[in-house]
Amino acid sequence: MPKYTLFVNGQSMTVEAEADTPLLWVLRDNLNLVGTKFGCGVAQCGACTVHMNDVALRSCSLPVSAVGLNKIVTIEALSPKGDHPLQQAWEELDVAQCGYCQAGQIMSAAALLKKIPNPTDKDIDDNISNICRCGTQVRIRKAIHLAAKKQVK
Amino acid sequence: MKQELTRRNFLRVSAITGGGMMLSLSFLNNTANAETVADTAFSPNVYIKIGTDGSILILAPNPEIGQGVKTSLPMIVAEELCVDWKKVQVELAPLQAGFGRQTAGGSGSVRGRFTDLRKAGATAREMLVAAAAQTWSVPFTECVAEDGMVLHKSSGKKLAYGDLAAKAATLEVPKNPTLKDSKDFKFLGTRVKDVDAHKIVTGQPLYGIDTRKEGMLYAMVSRPPAYGKTLISVDDTAALKVNGVKQVVKLKNSVAVLATSTWAAKKGREALVIQWDAKEKLENSIEQFAAFKEMIDKGATAPSRKDGDWEAAQKQAAKTIEAIFELPTLSHGQMEPLNFYADVREDKVELFGPTQVPDSVRKQVADLLKIAEDKISISSPRQGGGFGRKLMTDNGVEAALISAAAKCPVQVQWTREDDMQNDFYRPAEMYRYRAAIAGDKLLAWHQSGVGIGRAIRGDSYVAGAIDNYLSEGQGLKSNTPTGWWRAPGANTLAFVAETFMDEVCTELKVDPIAYRLQMFEAAKQKPVGKLDYNPDKYKSVVELVAKMSNWGTKTPGIFRGFATWFSFNTYVAQVVDIKLEKGKPKVVKVYCAVNCGRVINLSGAENQIQGAVVDGICHAMFPKVTFVNGAVVEKNFYSYNMLKIKDAPLDVAVQFVASEEAPTGLGEPALPPVAAALSSAIFAATGKRIRKMPFAEQMG
Repeated sequence: MPKYTLFVNGQSMTVEAEADTPLLWVLRDNLNLVGTKFGCGVAQCGACTVHMNDVALRSCSLPVSAVGLNKIVTIEALSPKGDHPLQQAWEELDVAQCGYCQAGQIMSAAALLKKIPNPTDKDIDDNISNICRCGTQVRIRKAIHLAAKKQVK
Repeated sequence: MKQELTRRNFLRVSAITGGGMMLSLSFLNNTANAETVADTAFSPNVYIKIGTDGSILILAPNPEIGQGVKTSLPMIVAEELCVDWKKVQVELAPLQAGFGRQTAGGSGSVRGRFTDLRKAGATAREMLVAAAAQTWSVPFTECVAEDGMVLHKSSGKKLAYGDLAAKAATLEVPKNPTLKDSKDFKFLGTRVKDVDAHKIVTGQPLYGIDTRKEGMLYAMVSRPPAYGKTLISVDDTAALKVNGVKQVVKLKNSVAVLATSTWAAKKGREALVIQWDAKEKLENSIEQFAAFKEMIDKGATAPSRKDGDWEAAQKQAAKTIEAIFELPTLSHGQMEPLNFYADVREDKVELFGPTQVPDSVRKQVADLLKIAEDKISISSPRQGGGFGRKLMTDNGVEAALISAAAKCPVQVQWTREDDMQNDFYRPAEMYRYRAAIAGDKLLAWHQSGVGIGRAIRGDSYVAGAIDNYLSEGQGLKSNTPTGWWRAPGANTLAFVAETFMDEVCTELKVDPIAYRLQMFEAAKQKPVGKLDYNPDKYKSVVELVAKMSNWGTKTPGIFRGFATWFSFNTYVAQVVDIKLEKGKPKVVKVYCAVNCGRVINLSGAENQIQGAVVDGICHAMFPKVTFVNGAVVEKNFYSYNMLKIKDAPLDVAVQFVASEEAPTGLGEPALPPVAAALSSAIFAATGKRIRKMPFAEQMG
């Protein structure tokens, strides 16, 4: 099996995997970073969202052979202490219900805040397309706005 | 050493009480909790463990599927126990004798457990207070429990629960502990965030899909590609050559590929060469709906409810209005695709994974593997949604069969496509409504419904509020499987009945809220036949939502719809505000009034309501499942369309009717009325009645 050296969460890591293995499964099965979730496998639901060079990426649809040394960040390393303004806001507003999609939601929102620090409702509508069957979208929107405020402070 | 001490204390309590309420000898075998309270000194029942260091563990007995019971159930114990919530640790209980009904379904967890969990907390509190009273040689009645301490009021003496635990464990377990006066509740009804909130936002392993155990292989299963097809033969030569694939296991009507990674299992599955044959009819949705139409035209052989005389009333009526409604099959679409871990050995079985019914999984595995139930341990992690899908046991049972055949521990992982094609769907349905009208009066009402599998119930309002009422239900036999889907029955019935009620109000030229209030008053004053609901409680939510939404006022560009429904013992009324964007409806805000008895966790309760409202909008607007030759056309989220944040309301305002009554259901009741309120708002905006889901397909 081929070997790939990846740069994940600030460390370089070597994994053995077939070339077509999606980054998602390399993260979960090889690197045991299970915070990144599988939801659809076809880049529709966003549960697998990670950052590649600070941009949101659906890791289920990028083969490991295409990752190269691009900088990958997963939910586990979004912040050193789990206190990114979005993580704080998510907890404060008690956003989660089942919680399964929320890591992906937060990673999508974090990429949005990097691009647009104080997004409008329309910015959120245009940039966040993750699915949540529990219906937490109302609180997600509020949490993104709250996190934007926290960032300014 | 510590373990021995713990066991001795525990057995002493058991011996004294002779196996009194909720005691379980197997409690200490529960290794899942061993680390949390290392030195358990006091455990008067299965729900509570108190350590000598003051640590407190409360077990949440029911599966957590996103309905919040891992937080709300322990809150009930904590209220009576009088402890500081910040110091409480919570874990999900494994399936075990003594915990009662360990099921997540029917919005029943809080409703069914409120009193027992209060008693569990009060039992421990009384024993701790008694231990303090003995220590100080003062009367029991002079001592009170507060924030994990017992206080002696007059002397000011204090002892922490941890210091009292060992002594409390020697005391008799009271059979009827005194519950708090509900006026003294300090904690219930406040906003408490989910106990796993931090773990969730930091991506810690919490779910079945995150299971990683020694020696485990990942498995994917090839199941029939269409309902009605059966496995004939399999050639696994190519599959076994895939790098990482270790084994191929043939089951009765499916083939499992076991490998060292999820991806290898998936590729191995793709390499199987399988012959499936159609042994039964391969069904089509379009034919199912044609059959529905015929059955409605023909009529049921017997009504499900008949008050007065529909036909006679219709003859007297000046006008009869009629409407036909169509509801598609729906998949559950819970975000965590199904999975399950199983390790089947000759003398014991370990099962771990998402299920709403661990007891049923265990029972079926015991039957199929011919192994005693007490040799099977099963527990569930936090689950990525349930919505009724996991009331079915197939994922757990299948994993056990694969592990038994492969003779190794296995984690079976489903893909989204597997979930879509192998579901127990919300059944497709068709309804015909008729109302007989004379002037400004509704004389008679006739509902006739047909669905896959089961027939509708006929007792919901307007039954009871109208003199002439006829309800008919019929089920169509099919090999496309159906099951429970969030608010079963109610999720479709509320849409059709309340949309039609809005049509009647339009026809009668009456205000939809005023007219409902009038109907509930009629049901109260002069109920017709059996009354399946409480008219006053219905009125309480209708009046509250009218107030919340300033019903009767108009905002330019905003169009409103109203609906109300009673399900799972809870009353809900909603006003949906929409605007039109390029001719298409966009929900701006939803007002929701709820009467669910006492609210346990205000944050969790509000979250359930907001979520159910958004979920209801999602499934009214976007997705559907279509069968063509027994296969599902919508194979993944690229065609099974789910709501995105742009489609969600900016706000869902929730208010609960103040109530001292015991809590009722919350996970489901806010979903049913949304679609009707939305369709009525669309009518207000466009003059077009939407009687078929998904709405988006009807909007051009």
